[in-house]
Amino acid sequence: MSAFWIILTGALVASACGLVGCFLVLRKMAMIGDAISHAVLPGIVIAFLISGSRDSLVMLFGAAIIGIITVFLIQLFTQSGVQSDASIGVVFTALFAVGIILISLYTRDIDLDLDCVLYGEIAYVPWNTIDFMGVDIGPKAVLGVGFTLFLSIIIISLFYKQFKVCSFDPAMAAAVGIPVALFHYLLMGLVSLTTVASFESVGAILVVGMLVVPPATAYLLTDRLSLMIIYTIIIGCFSSILGYYLASLLDASIAGSMICVAGAIFILALLFSPAHGVFMRKIKQNKLIKEATLL
Amino acid sequence: MLEGIKIFLDPNTQWILFGSMLLGLCSGVIGSFAYLRKQSLMGDALSHAALPGVCIAFMLTGSKSIILFLIGASIAGIIATFGIGYITRNTRIKQDSALAIVLTVFFGLGIVLLTEIQHSGLGNQSGLDKFLFGQAAALVLLDVFIMGIASILLISICFLLFKEFKITSFDPEFAKGMGYPVAFLEQLIMLLIVIAVVIGIQAVGVILMSALLITPAVSARYWTDKLSAMVILSGIFGGLSGFVGTLISASGNNLPTGPLIVLAATALFILSVIFAPRRGILSKFLVHILARRTLKMSKLEIKRKERTV
Repeated sequence: MSAFWIILTGALVASACGLVGCFLVLRKMAMIGDAISHAVLPGIVIAFLISGSRDSLVMLFGAAIIGIITVFLIQLFTQSGVQSDASIGVVFTALFAVGIILISLYTRDIDLDLDCVLYGEIAYVPWNTIDFMGVDIGPKAVLGVGFTLFLSIIIISLFYKQFKVCSFDPAMAAAVGIPVALFHYLLMGLVSLTTVASFESVGAILVVGMLVVPPATAYLLTDRLSLMIIYTIIIGCFSSILGYYLASLLDASIAGSMICVAGAIFILALLFSPAHGVFMRKIKQNKLIKEATLL
Repeated sequence: MLEGIKIFLDPNTQWILFGSMLLGLCSGVIGSFAYLRKQSLMGDALSHAALPGVCIAFMLTGSKSIILFLIGASIAGIIATFGIGYITRNTRIKQDSALAIVLTVFFGLGIVLLTEIQHSGLGNQSGLDKFLFGQAAALVLLDVFIMGIASILLISICFLLFKEFKITSFDPEFAKGMGYPVAFLEQLIMLLIVIAVVIGIQAVGVILMSALLITPAVSARYWTDKLSAMVILSGIFGGLSGFVGTLISASGNNLPTGPLIVLAATALFILSVIFAPRRGILSKFLVHILARRTLKMSKLEIKRKERTV
């Protein structure tokens, strides 16, 4: 049973992250997940200091607020002329530093284990369950991530066309009257929510990986956005299933194995993708050269 | 005041101060090139990618020697830069995604190896994560010595190949036309970033090392449009942050050095955002007010003329 819950959580995280990740890859903002997952540290610490409890809902709330602030600050600096990658870097490192200083200032005597709070461990998911009216209704992570996935699916399918145009051609989107800034913040809000909701239960590295690796793999396989999202989710779920069994075979970290499997699939796609793979392009080039010499 | 002087006299603190200033200086210099090439987050990616290198170095030798870790981290970093370069050159995946992919896959592999080490009972692995999270206060003479040599090497390469780096960063096509070995130069810049990251990890840790590569360079960009001035300014900003951060940390309140260095760099960045000529918020605001005033004046002028007519 615990294997089922772990794999289900992995698949849900992969789907939730992959769904928003597709848009991040297209908009060249792939590093934002990494930035958010580091930047929320002060939010977690402040929420802990104010509430004095390690209740994950309070910390989630603090993290979500700082996540939105991070996105807002990054956008502010980007608009004032700093390159987007550099503004991501400045903002998240500064916030992370603030978080570490806060921890060493105030929580020396209190037990706030960073490894547990910030970087959850997917192996513990099945034991952290929620009771509803006295009935065990499943692990908290499954419910939390499932809810985020549900929300993302609803918002993205409602505004699919708008998100699509904004990602591929923001100038045209603005020209036809789509509020580009609004959809940018909506997407970033979803990213922030997904990242925060997922990393608390499965660890930051799995979230950051699932945001980028499956979408990039799918990007190599297809030219259609709708297919790209579907491929992403299939690849993500497959990596979480295979990753789990790899981990139990090697007796190693589950999240790490899932990412390794996703990475292996990416390398396969990089080399052998029919549309954009390295080998296929070589073959096509050789064919062209042959035809040219025959002529 | 006496306390302040005492801090400077303590030989241990002197070494740490010297080391973090050197680190700030050289990461500021190489960071400017990274910024121009839109590779600011390269430091973040490489510092995560170092983890499997460190783990493999430990698994192969079973010893926790810093030099072996540095070698392992550098090899992993070099492989990571090749991976990033290969993906961006050969597919339509953009640089940011390539960075993120390499970062997470390498780090994931590193975590798998780390748990493998933990479970195999190869011995106490606790030193490994200490190495990655960094502790400037634990720097010893040998570390500062290694840092010194590496930074001098780095800065002199940047100085000697300044023109080549400049052209390659601004206009790779033109550089190719001039007959420069562009691919080699790009790889060399990445190698220099790897060196800066690897020597920095020990002192300030994985995540904060990327700040030293980015923040001084971005701050310097606010003040000037000339690359040479930007590189020098960025180096000064980096060195200054290293100095201030270490000083605050050493003055007795027991705060970790790495984050303080980063916060000092961030403070410089905020100052630059506000006070920089032309790009800063304050000067933009002044220009705005002046423009509004001249507009008002000219409107009044027009009205007066209309009246006289």
